[in-house]
Amino acid sequence: MDFIIAKYNYWIYIILMMIGFYAMIVKNNLAKKVVGMNIFQTALILLFISTGVKTGGATVPIVIGDAHGHAIPGTLHAIDYINPLPHVLMLTAIVVMVATFGVALALLIMIFKRYKTIEEDEILEIRRKEAFT
Amino acid sequence: MIRRHEDIIIESLARFLTPFIQAFALYVLFLGHYSPGGGFQGGVLMGASFILLVIAYDIIEGKRRITEKFNIVLNATGVMVFSGTGLLCLILGGEFLDYSQLAAILPVGPEEARGLGILAVEIGVEITVAAIMVSIFLDLASAGEHEEALK
Amino acid sequence: MKTLDIIGWFAVLTTGALLIYGTAEMPNWGDPNSPPSTHVSPRYIEKADEETHTPNMVTAVLADYRGYDTMGETTVIFTAGVSCMMLLRRRQGK
Repeated sequence: MDFIIAKYNYWIYIILMMIGFYAMIVKNNLAKKVVGMNIFQTALILLFISTGVKTGGATVPIVIGDAHGHAIPGTLHAIDYINPLPHVLMLTAIVVMVATFGVALALLIMIFKRYKTIEEDEILEIRRKEAFT
Repeated sequence: MIRRHEDIIIESLARFLTPFIQAFALYVLFLGHYSPGGGFQGGVLMGASFILLVIAYDIIEGKRRITEKFNIVLNATGVMVFSGTGLLCLILGGEFLDYSQLAAILPVGPEEARGLGILAVEIGVEITVAAIMVSIFLDLASAGEHEEALK
Repeated sequence: MKTLDIIGWFAVLTTGALLIYGTAEMPNWGDPNSPPSTHVSPRYIEKADEETHTPNMVTAVLADYRGYDTMGETTVIFTAGVSCMMLLRRRQGK
Protein backbone atom coordinates (compact mmCIF):
# COMPACT_ATOMS: atom_id res chain seq x y z
CA MET A 1 0.00 0.00 0.00
CA ASP A 2 2.84 2.40 0.82
CA PHE A 3 4.41 1.49 -2.51
CA ILE A 4 1.22 2.48 -4.37
CA ILE A 5 0.90 5.79 -2.52
CA ALA A 6 4.56 6.60 -3.17
CA LYS A 7 4.47 5.85 -6.90
CA TYR A 8 0.94 6.28 -8.28
CA ASN A 9 1.59 9.83 -9.51
CA TYR A 10 4.20 8.46 -11.93
CA TRP A 11 1.73 5.85 -13.18
CA ILE A 12 -0.87 8.53 -13.95
CA TYR A 13 1.70 10.55 -15.92
CA ILE A 14 2.81 7.44 -17.79
CA ILE A 15 -0.80 6.68 -18.77
CA LEU A 16 -1.20 10.27 -19.99
CA MET A 17 2.10 10.03 -21.86
CA MET A 18 1.03 6.79 -23.53
CA ILE A 19 -2.25 8.42 -24.68
CA GLY A 20 -0.16 11.06 -26.43
CA PHE A 21 2.23 8.44 -27.79
CA TYR A 22 -0.67 6.38 -29.20
CA ALA A 23 -2.06 9.46 -30.93
CA MET A 24 1.37 10.23 -32.37
CA ILE A 25 2.09 6.81 -33.88
CA VAL A 26 -1.34 5.39 -34.81
CA LYS A 27 -3.62 8.28 -35.79
CA ASN A 28 -3.89 9.02 -39.48
CA ASN A 29 -4.77 12.70 -39.20
CA LEU A 30 -1.74 14.98 -38.88
CA ALA A 31 -3.62 17.47 -36.65
CA LYS A 32 -4.36 14.65 -34.20
CA LYS A 33 -0.68 13.73 -34.21
CA VAL A 34 0.20 17.32 -33.24
CA VAL A 35 -2.33 17.26 -30.40
CA GLY A 36 -0.84 13.93 -29.28
CA MET A 37 2.58 15.56 -29.15
CA ASN A 38 1.13 18.31 -26.94
CA ILE A 39 -0.37 15.74 -24.55
CA PHE A 40 3.00 13.98 -24.40
CA GLN A 41 4.78 17.21 -23.48
CA THR A 42 2.18 18.03 -20.82
CA ALA A 43 2.73 14.63 -19.21
CA LEU A 44 6.49 15.26 -19.12
CA ILE A 45 5.97 18.66 -17.50
CA LEU A 46 3.74 17.12 -14.81
CA LEU A 47 6.37 14.41 -14.19
CA PHE A 48 9.10 16.99 -13.61
CA ILE A 49 6.93 19.21 -11.41
CA SER A 50 6.01 16.27 -9.18
CA THR A 51 9.68 15.60 -8.42
CA GLY A 52 9.91 19.01 -6.73
CA VAL A 53 7.34 18.24 -4.02
CA LYS A 54 8.51 17.88 -0.40
CA THR A 55 6.16 16.62 2.29
CA GLY A 56 6.27 17.97 5.84
CA GLY A 57 5.21 21.62 5.69
CA ALA A 58 7.31 22.79 2.72
CA THR A 59 5.91 25.87 0.99
CA VAL A 60 6.26 27.66 -2.36
CA PRO A 61 9.82 28.76 -3.24
CA ILE A 62 9.38 32.42 -2.26
CA VAL A 63 11.27 33.60 0.81
CA ILE A 64 9.14 34.34 3.87
CA GLY A 65 11.14 37.15 5.47
CA ASP A 66 10.99 40.66 6.91
CA ALA A 67 8.71 43.55 5.85
CA HIS A 68 10.62 44.06 2.58
CA GLY A 69 10.29 40.38 1.69
CA HIS A 70 13.99 39.67 2.13
CA ALA A 71 15.28 36.83 4.27
CA ILE A 72 16.52 37.14 7.81
CA PRO A 73 20.03 35.59 7.67
CA GLY A 74 20.25 32.10 9.09
CA THR A 75 16.52 31.34 8.81
CA LEU A 76 16.51 29.71 5.37
CA HIS A 77 16.50 25.91 5.39
CA ALA A 78 16.10 23.68 2.36
CA ILE A 79 13.50 21.54 4.16
CA ASP A 80 11.05 24.50 4.39
CA TYR A 81 10.78 25.24 0.67
CA ILE A 82 9.91 22.99 -2.25
CA ASN A 83 12.54 22.44 -4.91
CA PRO A 84 12.62 25.50 -7.27
CA LEU A 85 14.68 23.80 -9.97
CA PRO A 86 11.92 21.76 -11.73
CA HIS A 87 9.73 24.87 -11.79
CA VAL A 88 12.43 26.85 -13.58
CA LEU A 89 13.09 24.13 -16.12
CA MET A 90 9.40 23.55 -16.84
CA LEU A 91 8.64 27.28 -17.14
CA THR A 92 10.94 27.39 -20.14
CA ALA A 93 9.64 24.02 -21.40
CA ILE A 94 6.07 25.38 -21.52
CA VAL A 95 7.21 28.24 -23.75
CA VAL A 96 9.03 25.83 -26.04
CA MET A 97 5.82 23.75 -26.16
CA VAL A 98 3.86 26.76 -27.42
CA ALA A 99 6.57 27.57 -29.97
CA THR A 100 6.73 24.02 -31.38
CA PHE A 101 2.91 23.92 -31.51
CA GLY A 102 2.90 27.13 -33.55
CA VAL A 103 5.51 25.87 -36.01
CA ALA A 104 3.71 22.50 -36.34
CA LEU A 105 0.43 24.24 -37.14
CA ALA A 106 2.18 26.43 -39.71
CA LEU A 107 3.60 23.32 -41.37
CA LEU A 108 0.11 21.76 -41.33
CA ILE A 109 -1.35 24.80 -43.09
CA MET A 110 1.35 24.55 -45.77
CA ILE A 111 0.68 20.79 -46.19
CA PHE A 112 -3.05 21.48 -46.56
CA LYS A 113 -2.40 24.17 -49.17
CA ARG A 114 -0.22 21.77 -51.17
CA TYR A 115 -2.25 18.52 -50.96
CA LYS A 116 -5.76 19.76 -49.96
CA THR A 117 -5.88 17.13 -47.17
CA ILE A 118 -4.12 16.36 -43.90
CA GLU A 119 -4.84 12.62 -43.83
CA GLU A 120 -1.54 10.78 -43.97
CA ASP A 121 -2.58 7.90 -46.26
CA GLU A 122 -4.23 10.25 -48.77
CA ILE A 123 -1.06 12.37 -48.90
CA LEU A 124 1.02 9.21 -49.52
CA GLU A 125 -1.43 8.18 -52.25
CA ILE A 126 -1.12 11.57 -53.98
CA ARG A 127 2.67 11.46 -53.74
CA ARG A 128 2.74 7.95 -55.21
CA LYS A 129 0.60 9.06 -58.17
CA GLU A 130 2.84 12.08 -58.73
CA ALA A 131 5.94 9.89 -58.73
CA PHE A 132 4.53 7.75 -61.57
CA THR A 133 3.42 10.57 -63.83
CA MET B 1 -9.93 34.67 -41.19
CA ILE B 2 -11.67 36.62 -38.48
CA ARG B 3 -14.43 38.81 -39.91
CA ARG B 4 -15.82 41.83 -38.13
CA HIS B 5 -19.33 41.31 -36.71
CA GLU B 6 -20.01 44.91 -35.65
CA ASP B 7 -21.30 43.72 -32.26
CA ILE B 8 -21.24 46.77 -29.99
CA ILE B 9 -21.25 44.83 -26.71
CA ILE B 10 -18.28 42.63 -27.60
CA GLU B 11 -16.30 45.47 -29.16
CA SER B 12 -16.70 47.94 -26.31
CA LEU B 13 -16.07 45.22 -23.69
CA ALA B 14 -12.84 44.20 -25.42
CA ARG B 15 -11.76 47.85 -25.68
CA PHE B 16 -12.60 48.34 -21.98
CA LEU B 17 -10.72 45.22 -20.82
CA THR B 18 -7.53 45.67 -22.85
CA PRO B 19 -5.83 48.35 -20.67
CA PHE B 20 -6.58 46.36 -17.52
CA ILE B 21 -5.01 43.22 -18.98
CA GLN B 22 -1.96 45.21 -20.04
CA ALA B 23 -1.63 46.81 -16.59
CA PHE B 24 -1.88 43.35 -15.03
CA ALA B 25 0.82 42.10 -17.41
CA LEU B 26 3.16 44.86 -16.22
CA TYR B 27 2.23 44.06 -12.60
CA VAL B 28 3.11 40.41 -13.13
CA LEU B 29 6.41 41.42 -14.75
CA PHE B 30 7.58 43.88 -12.08
CA LEU B 31 6.31 41.84 -9.10
CA GLY B 32 8.19 38.82 -10.43
CA HIS B 33 10.85 39.42 -7.79
CA TYR B 34 8.42 39.17 -4.88
CA SER B 35 5.55 36.95 -6.05
CA PRO B 36 4.83 34.35 -8.73
CA GLY B 37 5.38 35.97 -12.10
CA GLY B 38 8.07 37.08 -14.47
CA GLY B 39 8.80 37.78 -18.09
CA PHE B 40 7.23 34.70 -19.68
CA GLN B 41 3.90 35.00 -17.85
CA GLY B 42 3.67 38.76 -18.29
CA GLY B 43 4.58 38.47 -21.95
CA VAL B 44 1.82 35.96 -22.62
CA LEU B 45 -0.70 38.27 -20.88
CA MET B 46 0.51 41.24 -22.91
CA GLY B 47 0.15 39.25 -26.12
CA ALA B 48 -3.30 38.00 -25.05
CA SER B 49 -4.58 41.56 -24.61
CA PHE B 50 -3.75 42.30 -28.24
CA ILE B 51 -5.14 38.97 -29.44
CA LEU B 52 -8.41 39.85 -27.66
CA LEU B 53 -8.64 43.03 -29.73
CA VAL B 54 -8.02 41.11 -32.95
CA ILE B 55 -10.69 38.54 -32.07
CA ALA B 56 -13.27 41.18 -31.08
CA TYR B 57 -12.63 43.42 -34.11
CA ASP B 58 -10.69 42.02 -37.04
CA ILE B 59 -7.12 41.83 -38.34
CA ILE B 60 -7.26 45.25 -40.04
CA GLU B 61 -8.11 46.96 -36.74
CA GLY B 62 -5.38 44.96 -34.96
CA LYS B 63 -2.71 45.83 -37.53
CA ARG B 64 -3.72 49.50 -37.29
CA ARG B 65 -2.52 49.43 -33.67
CA ILE B 66 0.69 47.42 -34.17
CA THR B 67 1.94 47.29 -37.74
CA GLU B 68 3.76 44.21 -38.97
CA LYS B 69 7.11 45.97 -39.32
CA PHE B 70 6.91 47.33 -35.77
CA ASN B 71 6.08 43.84 -34.51
CA ILE B 72 9.13 42.35 -36.22
CA VAL B 73 11.29 45.09 -34.68
CA LEU B 74 9.84 44.26 -31.25
CA ASN B 75 10.64 40.55 -31.77
CA ALA B 76 14.31 41.31 -32.24
CA THR B 77 14.42 44.03 -29.56
CA GLY B 78 13.63 41.59 -26.76
CA VAL B 79 16.45 39.22 -27.69
CA MET B 80 18.77 42.22 -28.06
CA VAL B 81 17.86 43.57 -24.60
CA PHE B 82 18.65 40.15 -23.12
CA SER B 83 21.96 39.57 -24.85
CA GLY B 84 22.85 43.27 -24.58
CA THR B 85 22.64 43.01 -20.79
CA GLY B 86 25.00 40.05 -20.98
CA LEU B 87 27.33 41.95 -23.30
CA LEU B 88 27.35 44.96 -20.96
CA CYS B 89 28.56 42.70 -18.16
CA LEU B 90 31.25 41.40 -20.52
CA ILE B 91 32.37 44.95 -21.37
CA LEU B 92 32.48 45.92 -17.68
CA GLY B 93 35.04 43.23 -17.03
CA GLY B 94 33.06 40.22 -15.82
CA GLU B 95 31.77 37.11 -17.50
CA PHE B 96 28.81 36.92 -19.88
CA LEU B 97 25.53 37.49 -17.93
CA ASP B 98 27.39 38.10 -14.62
CA TYR B 99 25.12 40.91 -13.40
CA SER B 100 27.20 41.79 -10.34
CA GLN B 101 29.48 43.78 -12.67
CA LEU B 102 26.58 46.23 -13.25
CA ALA B 103 27.35 47.69 -9.80
CA ALA B 104 30.12 49.69 -11.52
CA ILE B 105 27.56 51.85 -13.37
CA LEU B 106 24.61 51.66 -10.92
CA PRO B 107 24.56 53.32 -7.47
CA VAL B 108 23.95 50.00 -5.64
CA GLY B 109 25.92 47.09 -4.28
CA PRO B 110 26.68 43.91 -6.23
CA GLU B 111 23.69 41.99 -4.74
CA GLU B 112 21.16 44.67 -5.71
CA ALA B 113 22.85 44.96 -9.10
CA ARG B 114 22.16 41.27 -9.68
CA GLY B 115 18.48 41.89 -8.83
CA LEU B 116 18.32 44.79 -11.28
CA GLY B 117 20.05 42.71 -13.95
CA ILE B 118 17.34 40.07 -13.51
CA LEU B 119 14.71 42.79 -14.05
CA ALA B 120 16.39 44.01 -17.26
CA VAL B 121 16.53 40.48 -18.61
CA GLU B 122 12.88 39.83 -17.75
CA ILE B 123 11.83 42.97 -19.63
CA GLY B 124 13.63 41.61 -22.69
CA VAL B 125 11.86 38.26 -22.33
CA GLU B 126 8.49 40.00 -21.96
CA ILE B 127 8.92 42.05 -25.15
CA THR B 128 9.93 39.01 -27.19
CA VAL B 129 7.20 36.70 -25.86
CA ALA B 130 4.44 39.30 -26.34
CA ALA B 131 5.50 40.13 -29.90
CA ILE B 132 5.97 36.47 -30.88
CA MET B 133 2.54 35.48 -29.50
CA VAL B 134 0.88 38.19 -31.60
CA SER B 135 2.92 37.33 -34.68
CA ILE B 136 2.23 33.57 -34.49
CA PHE B 137 -1.48 34.22 -33.86
CA LEU B 138 -1.85 36.59 -36.81
CA ASP B 139 0.03 34.23 -39.14
CA LEU B 140 -1.95 31.14 -38.11
CA ALA B 141 -5.41 32.74 -37.88
CA SER B 142 -5.31 34.04 -41.45
CA ALA B 143 -3.07 31.30 -42.95
CA GLY B 144 -0.40 33.91 -43.62
CA GLU B 145 -2.53 36.27 -45.67
CA HIS B 146 -3.37 38.80 -42.93
CA GLU B 147 -5.80 41.46 -44.18
CA GLU B 148 -5.91 39.98 -47.70
CA ALA B 149 -7.88 37.05 -46.27
CA LEU B 150 -10.82 39.40 -45.68
CA LYS B 151 -11.13 40.47 -49.32
CA MET C 1 -4.77 -0.47 -41.52
CA LYS C 2 -5.65 -3.25 -39.10
CA THR C 3 -2.04 -4.44 -38.74
CA LEU C 4 -0.89 -0.86 -38.11
CA ASP C 5 -3.40 -0.61 -35.26
CA ILE C 6 -2.10 -3.83 -33.70
CA ILE C 7 1.54 -2.74 -34.03
CA GLY C 8 0.64 0.62 -32.47
CA TRP C 9 -1.13 -0.94 -29.51
CA PHE C 10 1.79 -3.35 -29.03
CA ALA C 11 4.34 -0.49 -29.03
CA VAL C 12 2.26 1.64 -26.66
CA LEU C 13 1.61 -1.16 -24.18
CA THR C 14 5.24 -2.36 -24.22
CA THR C 15 6.62 1.13 -23.68
CA GLY C 16 4.10 1.84 -20.93
CA ALA C 17 4.87 -1.43 -19.14
CA LEU C 18 8.61 -0.77 -19.30
CA LEU C 19 8.18 2.76 -17.97
CA ILE C 20 5.94 1.59 -15.12
CA TYR C 21 8.53 -1.10 -14.30
CA GLY C 22 11.11 1.69 -14.22
CA THR C 23 9.18 3.76 -11.67
CA ALA C 24 10.14 1.24 -8.95
CA GLU C 25 13.55 2.92 -8.91
CA MET C 26 12.16 6.49 -8.89
CA PRO C 27 12.14 8.52 -5.63
CA ASN C 28 8.98 8.35 -3.54
CA TRP C 29 6.38 11.10 -3.83
CA GLY C 30 7.31 14.08 -1.62
CA ASP C 31 10.56 12.62 -0.32
CA PRO C 32 12.71 15.54 0.94
CA ASN C 33 15.90 13.47 0.51
CA SER C 34 15.24 12.45 -3.09
CA PRO C 35 18.09 13.01 -5.61
CA PRO C 36 16.43 16.03 -7.33
CA SER C 37 16.18 17.87 -3.99
CA THR C 38 19.60 17.20 -2.54
CA HIS C 39 22.45 18.24 -4.82
CA VAL C 40 22.17 21.80 -6.12
CA SER C 41 18.68 22.82 -5.01
CA PRO C 42 19.52 23.45 -1.26
CA ARG C 43 22.28 25.80 -2.39
CA TYR C 44 19.75 27.80 -4.44
CA ILE C 45 17.22 27.90 -1.59
CA GLU C 46 19.69 29.04 1.04
CA LYS C 47 21.76 31.52 -0.98
CA ALA C 48 19.45 32.92 -3.70
CA ASP C 49 18.03 35.83 -1.68
CA GLU C 50 21.36 36.68 -0.09
CA GLU C 51 23.27 36.70 -3.37
CA THR C 52 20.77 38.22 -5.79
CA HIS C 53 18.42 40.22 -3.52
CA THR C 54 15.43 38.45 -5.09
CA PRO C 55 13.01 36.69 -2.71
CA ASN C 56 11.44 34.64 -5.51
CA MET C 57 13.90 31.79 -5.98
CA VAL C 58 12.37 30.71 -9.28
CA THR C 59 13.07 34.12 -10.83
CA ALA C 60 16.58 34.20 -9.36
CA VAL C 61 17.48 30.79 -10.75
CA LEU C 62 15.75 31.45 -14.07
CA ALA C 63 17.43 34.73 -14.92
CA ASP C 64 20.64 34.73 -12.93
CA TYR C 65 22.10 31.31 -12.14
CA ARG C 66 20.77 29.79 -15.34
CA GLY C 67 20.56 32.98 -17.41
CA TYR C 68 22.38 31.42 -20.34
CA ASP C 69 19.68 28.75 -20.53
CA THR C 70 16.94 31.38 -20.58
CA MET C 71 18.76 33.32 -23.29
CA GLY C 72 18.74 30.19 -25.43
CA GLU C 73 15.03 29.81 -24.68
CA THR C 74 14.30 33.36 -25.83
CA THR C 75 16.23 32.65 -29.01
CA VAL C 76 14.17 29.49 -29.53
CA ILE C 77 10.84 31.31 -29.42
CA PHE C 78 12.26 34.08 -31.61
CA THR C 79 13.28 31.44 -34.14
CA ALA C 80 9.84 29.81 -33.91
CA GLY C 81 8.10 33.11 -34.63
CA VAL C 82 10.39 33.90 -37.55
CA SER C 83 9.97 30.42 -39.04
CA CYS C 84 6.16 30.72 -38.78
CA MET C 85 6.41 34.00 -40.66
CA MET C 86 8.73 32.55 -43.30
CA LEU C 87 6.53 29.48 -43.82
CA LEU C 88 3.19 31.24 -44.10
CA ARG C 89 3.58 34.86 -45.09
CA ARG C 90 3.12 35.53 -48.79
CA ARG C 91 5.45 37.86 -50.64
CA GLN C 92 4.15 41.30 -51.57
CA GLY C 93 2.62 41.59 -55.02
CA LYS C 94 2.38 37.88 -55.73
